[in-house]
Amino acid sequence: MKRYTIFVITENFIGILNRITIIFTRRGININALTASESRLEGIHRITIEVTATEETVIQLVNQIEKIIDVIKAFYHEDEGVVYQELALYKIPVSKLDGGLEKIIRQHGARIISAEPEFVVLELTGHKVQTQELLEILKEYGLLEFARSGRVAVAKRMLTIDSFVK
Amino acid sequence: MKDQMIRGADIVVRSLIAEQAEVIFGYPGGAIMPVYDALHDYHDQLRHVLTRHEQGAIHAAQGYARVSGKVGVCLATSGPGATNLITGMADAQIDSTPLVCITGQVAAHLLGTDAFQETDMIGISMPCSKWNIQVRSVEEIAPAIAKAFYIARSGRPGPVLIDITKNAQVDFGEFNYVPCLGFRSYKTHNPIETSAIAKAADLINSAERPYVLFGQGVVLGKAEAELKFFLDKSGIPAACTLLGSGALPQDHPNYVGKLGMHGNYAPNLLTNKCDVLIAVGMRFDDRVTGDLKRYAKQARIVHLELDPAEVNKTVKCEVAVLGDCRESLAMLTAAVDAKKHDTWMKRFRDLEEEETAAVMQHDLTPTKDGLTMGEVINIVNQYKADDAVLVTDVGQHQMIAWRYFNYKKTRTQVTSGGLGTMGFALPAALGAQLHDYSRQVICVVGDGGIQMTIQELGTIMQTKAPVKIVLLNNNYLGMVRQWQQMFFDKRYSFTELDNPDFVKIAEAYNIKAQKVTERGDLREAVEDMLIHDGPFFLEVVVEKEDNVFPMIATGCSVEEVRLS
Repeated sequence: MKRYTIFVITENFIGILNRITIIFTRRGININALTASESRLEGIHRITIEVTATEETVIQLVNQIEKIIDVIKAFYHEDEGVVYQELALYKIPVSKLDGGLEKIIRQHGARIISAEPEFVVLELTGHKVQTQELLEILKEYGLLEFARSGRVAVAKRMLTIDSFVK
Repeated sequence: MKDQMIRGADIVVRSLIAEQAEVIFGYPGGAIMPVYDALHDYHDQLRHVLTRHEQGAIHAAQGYARVSGKVGVCLATSGPGATNLITGMADAQIDSTPLVCITGQVAAHLLGTDAFQETDMIGISMPCSKWNIQVRSVEEIAPAIAKAFYIARSGRPGPVLIDITKNAQVDFGEFNYVPCLGFRSYKTHNPIETSAIAKAADLINSAERPYVLFGQGVVLGKAEAELKFFLDKSGIPAACTLLGSGALPQDHPNYVGKLGMHGNYAPNLLTNKCDVLIAVGMRFDDRVTGDLKRYAKQARIVHLELDPAEVNKTVKCEVAVLGDCRESLAMLTAAVDAKKHDTWMKRFRDLEEEETAAVMQHDLTPTKDGLTMGEVINIVNQYKADDAVLVTDVGQHQMIAWRYFNYKKTRTQVTSGGLGTMGFALPAALGAQLHDYSRQVICVVGDGGIQMTIQELGTIMQTKAPVKIVLLNNNYLGMVRQWQQMFFDKRYSFTELDNPDFVKIAEAYNIKAQKVTERGDLREAVEDMLIHDGPFFLEVVVEKEDNVFPMIATGCSVEEVRLS
């Protein structure tokens, strides 16, 4: 088993995400993370799915995803084949802000993106190990809320989606 | 302007006519009533058949599609009407049957409010449809139907569902039907790679014991003639799957029999003896392969397949020839050497003799008192027309009828293969018959399965469809009983049936009926049935505890096929 990133290029059509996730559900495969957004081409959506499985399984998943009528193209990469990031937000009570925390923020390359009378919101982008490391530290600082996105990724391969969208 | 506008419901019906639908099957109800109202105006252009249950409607549409090669159409209301279509959709999905299912839906402003007879049909039908769409405004109706027909019949066919809200049916819109000819996200099939053909031809030409397995893909791809030419030239023995039956006439010299759990002895056994296996339009279903770890491991495999997701799914191949098998078979025929494989072919014929002695003699010409299912089919064979359609349900009778029916023409096999849907046969036979009243349609069904959709006798009565129904009655859910006997210490748990008087039921529906219990009456009864002008119901009481052999038990290898 390895970690793979599956890219799905789709028409913007109601229910498409459901059709894709059904393929994973049927086989009892857990989706580690999923993000969906409009691509740089109007009307075309791009879905990024992170999954841990064997390559054989991933090939079958990709084949079955590509079979969905409104899917334009699906392909997969190993971690080495993609550049990826995740974004995490941490809500910390103002009362816990002290010199120690400022140092931690600087060390981790996080930034304060919102400061309210009662709390501040920190943001960190990076790989999961990095956002997780900061999470563990901030638990000691009365962390109020934590949210992390799925993986967004681009392939290292020099191939653009335009070639599939004709 | 207003006078050029028509109701959405009329657009539905006129779109179906534009797609050359001739017969549709359905059942009315609240949310589809505007479409039913519109149907009233188009009697002369579009025939609607009222079934007795929506499941009957969709199985009828499947039967119609399977014999005609056209898209089957069914119509149902929202909620329970729509959910009753689901079994048929799942069946059509797994057996690649082109269907357009149209369901009514509550008005758009009520969606999501748990309105009366509201069900999330898009959600429910998603896993068992090739495509689905909810239409919430009148302008969307015609484009949705055009796209639905295109998707249903192109590429690997399948069922699509259009869920139309009531407001869209009653609102007025312009009708300008533009057929769908394709769109960017959907590729019907891959172009054939000549390099793959060359590789496949090399493998085949160097083979000493090549073996062809063909499936329904040959029928769906209209490649029957191409398959025959390929076999004529290459001299390769060929066996068929359940749904591939009929794609090659059984009297073709290369035909060696049927594959799978209850297929023939030689075709299963020799799967593990060939050196090159050529799979054409078949998907290595588990009922064909048995234990995958011991399936054709010695063979180099060539797979001719339309659907890329089927390649290397369960059985890994050395050469995949993606694309339409009608084209690829023709290209392959040009590239292979003309040969004979007499020694190899003889191995099939020798094993066939073993099967005849061990199984067929008992099945076809029994010496014991009780009638066998096999002898009934054997007599049907002697009187049936060459292009007679055999429609079967699921269970022992299905396997026996398939084993012994003499398939001579394509599109003569209608059965629920992948899903194994009991209750399929009666409505499917009705649908097959309504495509062509003049064609002989023989519905072989068991006493369990017929009672799942027996209400469709009413539709047969009303349409006067001259279906010949052969009920093989053993007062058991026979296949389950056989498994209980073989694998569950003969513990017959809930498989014996107290049955009604079937002849009386058929007669109550005004269908001519006869019951046969003695061997001496069988031949004449079959003859009477087949010459009768109109529907006929023939009940044959057969041996209660007969078993279907050969058999590959679950978990066993194809070479462990048993004769008893």
